[in-house]
Amino acid sequence: MLVLKNLWVEYGEKVVLERISLDIVEKSFVSIIGPSGAGKSSLLRVILGQEQPTRGTITLDGEPLPRECGPDRGVVFQRYSVFPHLTVLGNTLLGLEFAASPLTARLFGGTRRAAIAEAEAMLEQVGLADSRNLYPAQMSGGMQQRLAIAQALIKRPRILLLDEPFGALDPGIRGDMHGLITRLWHAHGLTIIMVTHDIKEAFGLGTRVLTLDKRRHDPHAPQRYGAGVVYDLELTRKQAGEVPAPEPGITIDTKVNT
Amino acid sequence: MTANPGRRGALLLGAAPLLVLALGYVIAAAARHADNPADKILPLPGAMAAAMAGLLFEPDQLSGQYLFWADTLASLWRLGMGLGIATLSALCVGLVIGSLPPVRATLGALVTAIAVIPPIALLPILFIVFGLGETAKVALIVIGVAPFMIRDVAGHIGALPREQVVKALTLGANSWGVILRVALPQALPRLFEALRLSLGPAWVFLISAEAIAADVGLGYRIFLVRRYLAMDVIIPYVAWIALLAVLMDLALSHGSRRLFGWAHMGSR
Repeated sequence: MLVLKNLWVEYGEKVVLERISLDIVEKSFVSIIGPSGAGKSSLLRVILGQEQPTRGTITLDGEPLPRECGPDRGVVFQRYSVFPHLTVLGNTLLGLEFAASPLTARLFGGTRRAAIAEAEAMLEQVGLADSRNLYPAQMSGGMQQRLAIAQALIKRPRILLLDEPFGALDPGIRGDMHGLITRLWHAHGLTIIMVTHDIKEAFGLGTRVLTLDKRRHDPHAPQRYGAGVVYDLELTRKQAGEVPAPEPGITIDTKVNT
Repeated sequence: MTANPGRRGALLLGAAPLLVLALGYVIAAAARHADNPADKILPLPGAMAAAMAGLLFEPDQLSGQYLFWADTLASLWRLGMGLGIATLSALCVGLVIGSLPPVRATLGALVTAIAVIPPIALLPILFIVFGLGETAKVALIVIGVAPFMIRDVAGHIGALPREQVVKALTLGANSWGVILRVALPQALPRLFEALRLSLGPAWVFLISAEAIAADVGLGYRIFLVRRYLAMDVIIPYVAWIALLAVLMDLALSHGSRRLFGWAHMGSR
């Protein structure tokens, strides 16, 4: 469904990603892991449309991806994903309000009641039905991430991008969130791309695990070469639950170009 | 460091230094009057009350106005106009500068340039351009506080996490939607805070403008009666200005808590 062809991302002299070619199948759950600075988040931002690749193309169902963020791709960041000035319900409604009226970005009367019903159904799914009038500052990190997911899913995106969504949570809460995201992934038929630092999480949730790292390294100009996909593991659905998490053994390629 | 005196305790503790100050003044005044019953520098409370009663309750022989109330009204009107215009411009300009980088590049330097000019230095220009009437005084307050408020609001909006903007865009917002539903609501509590901090400077500019050219106003009266060493009028006027300023500050702080409860939750 989502096809990346020979993608390069460069910031001036610094090459972050090079030669990324991927074909992401509909309804897959792709985990992206790799050491810090390997361009995991850059890749996510490019798919999101927040940044543009310097070379290469991204197509969605054969069509070039719009060059800006849009409602077809939802996102949940590690932090700052919810709006502090809106209640749980307000945060969830926001996506519907933007769609309904570009000028006032608000809903009134019957359409508003229908939107509230839809938002409440979504909050029910993420387990926040009883917290509809709380503000984010009154909620724990896990609840805020649940809200961020509900907020994104109400737009019915085809692709959900997760940037270390559970990185700041306690291990117990993280387990709950894994269950939640798996449930929602099945229920909504989503295609999920998740960046994570947690290898266990990557293999536990994903149907496909990508490892980004630098293939080549020039010690005199470390910025010269970008990261590419060094491992691309397809896990069948049955395996995804069974494969024991391997040792976090991402080795940096030692073939030095001198 | 963590001992909290509680609401009533804090009120008492806060009032104590004020009471000590007042008591110290009365003792000093009494001592001076013991030496010289005609002393004008530190008038006794009774003398102040008598002088103020004339301004409060008796119409002025020349204009037929109750001077104290006319002064208060004139000053508050100027202050309100000045702060109102400054607040409105801070909201509009600050919001646009903060949210749209091209506008920030265009107007940011201008606002900074105006902000670093001492406003009092512009007062002669304002008097020449706008005449000696109300406009110049209001303009001084606006020029004095608006750049600070604009920069404060713009800085706050500019520092909103990038994630929020991206998230709003993925929820289907356009730029206008982001300004209206993400930037504006988060700018408002900051605007209240900036307005509170601007009250002090605004009073300074008001009193300065009134001292130089006016025929009514709290600052005008203080500088007028200074010629007669009329401390029995000056001291109550200063106390009145302080009271007005404190009340405005309290109203703003209370209003912000009422209107933007969410902005005051994080500080737990």
